[in-house]
Amino acid sequence: MRKLSDNMDTEALQKSFDEKIEKDIKIEPKDWMPVEYRKTLIRQISQHAHSEIVGMLPEGNWITRAPTLRRKCILIAKVQDEAGHGLYLYCAAETLNITREEMTEQLLSGKAKYSSIFNYPTLSWADMGAIGWLVDGAAIINQIPLCRTSYAPYARGMVRICKEESFHQRQGFDILLTLSRGSAEQKAMAQDAINRWWWPSLMMFGPPDNESPHTIQNMKWKIKRFTNDELRQKFVDMCAQQVEVLGLQIPDPDLKWNEERGHYDFGPINWDEFWNVVKGNGPCNKERMAARIKAHEDGEWVRAAALEYARKEAAGLTGKQSEKATIKK
Amino acid sequence: MNESNTIDYLMLLADSSLIMGQRLSEWTGHGPMLEQDIAITNISLDTIGQARYFYQLAAARLNEKSGNADVTEDTLAYLRDAHQYKNLLLVELPNGDWGQTILKIFFYAHRQKLMYEKLSGSADAEIAGIASKALKEVEYHVSWSSDWVKRLGDGTQESHDRMTKALEYLWPYTGEMFVPATYEKNFLENEFSFDVLKQGWLDKVSGILTEATLSLPPADTYMHTGGKTGVHTEYLGYILAEMQFLQRAYPGCEW
Repeated sequence: MRKLSDNMDTEALQKSFDEKIEKDIKIEPKDWMPVEYRKTLIRQISQHAHSEIVGMLPEGNWITRAPTLRRKCILIAKVQDEAGHGLYLYCAAETLNITREEMTEQLLSGKAKYSSIFNYPTLSWADMGAIGWLVDGAAIINQIPLCRTSYAPYARGMVRICKEESFHQRQGFDILLTLSRGSAEQKAMAQDAINRWWWPSLMMFGPPDNESPHTIQNMKWKIKRFTNDELRQKFVDMCAQQVEVLGLQIPDPDLKWNEERGHYDFGPINWDEFWNVVKGNGPCNKERMAARIKAHEDGEWVRAAALEYARKEAAGLTGKQSEKATIKK
Repeated sequence: MNESNTIDYLMLLADSSLIMGQRLSEWTGHGPMLEQDIAITNISLDTIGQARYFYQLAAARLNEKSGNADVTEDTLAYLRDAHQYKNLLLVELPNGDWGQTILKIFFYAHRQKLMYEKLSGSADAEIAGIASKALKEVEYHVSWSSDWVKRLGDGTQESHDRMTKALEYLWPYTGEMFVPATYEKNFLENEFSFDVLKQGWLDKVSGILTEATLSLPPADTYMHTGGKTGVHTEYLGYILAEMQFLQRAYPGCEW
């Protein structure tokens, strides 16, 4: 009897959930939601948060070598923004009943994924420009629709993140523009960075639609608003125009305007490379994970001390508190 | 007042803040928790920001004197060698663990606070302006690092032991902050006494260390000096090699 009424409740709840999605009413943490919807969001938001955190490493690699004090400050602030984005996203995921500790554990054990792009190395200063222009550019195209995603805390977080990302993209473009107008060596440095980052940036939109297992359901739930291929095309169209301002080349001989489609055509993507990097065979997968694990392990005693001090403070047992107590006596 | 004393003094202020910030930026992305990664990165940005103001002021004055415009904040930061750097030895020391870094910030920030309080009343209006602006930032560095010293000193046995070790390592580099170089003395023209400054610092610092259940090293501890006159530890050469690499490898470029 009980079971039956539970089922009926679930049906009614599912119906009201579906109606909300249909009418574009946002889902809040306290609202009922299907188990799979919750699971998908936890996976996507935590993956996004992990990407921000791991994404601090390739750019952090150039902080101490930034060529001017102004560029150094901009780069530090940018990497710090990424930490901030990671923080909002972990908080958004926590509204779905998962703790930050659990998510961190999933990242460090290799169970959770992060964006594969961060497994590529940053080999020159121009990579700071290419990451800003291409990687942040691709991220913005991916993320703007997420400002309207159906889960409210995620959507709210994304509004703030997108504002900062577009600032980062402009900074990246500015680095490349300065290099492209500089010496022959600087121009070559910029071109080399674009050559290395172009194809991995296209892969950031995920596998083609016909091989993307989650796309259909995620579109239905309005977690996702456009398919991988639609977003990828948008990105190619944008970059094909912007690269002209730089006077540099996109490393794709097949890239050309298609009047009929109203879009740029582009060459085939090396999906073998993509899957290899996802599987852990990218140039820096091991280094990135090792750096995260080291930070976590080196921080263990610090976190333990902070907890212990907080406990002592609450119990009136810190050095200062016991000193005061002694004086009182 | 002799202008070269002012420039040397500006270099002491700028170089110390820059090298402090450069070291702290090594933590970005590697902190023990996300919130603290963000906090230490803020302090790095603040100190590099302060360095930039002092370099820009020095550059403006040097250019004014020479009638050229060839000195910039970047030529000062990127094209001087270690023996020309005037930073305190304390700031060039390796970060070590989180406790050692915290303690380094703690010693430096407490001293910067007292120094900037004095400088904000300086007869040199431009230096006074920078100092009063920096003072607000440094007050946060003081409270953040003091809280951490207490937490780590009075946290677990392990954190206490690590802080004791860090204290032993860093303490011999604190004396230099209160031994004025000749140009420093000339610039400050006895505006204040370094002994009074030192006593003020010692009172603050020892109060917090005691609260953190850490014991102050003996008063007769040997103190290293040399940074203010360009005689550094071996660490500075590597810091500069890394920091100046692009400007040295591709001279004369815009970035």
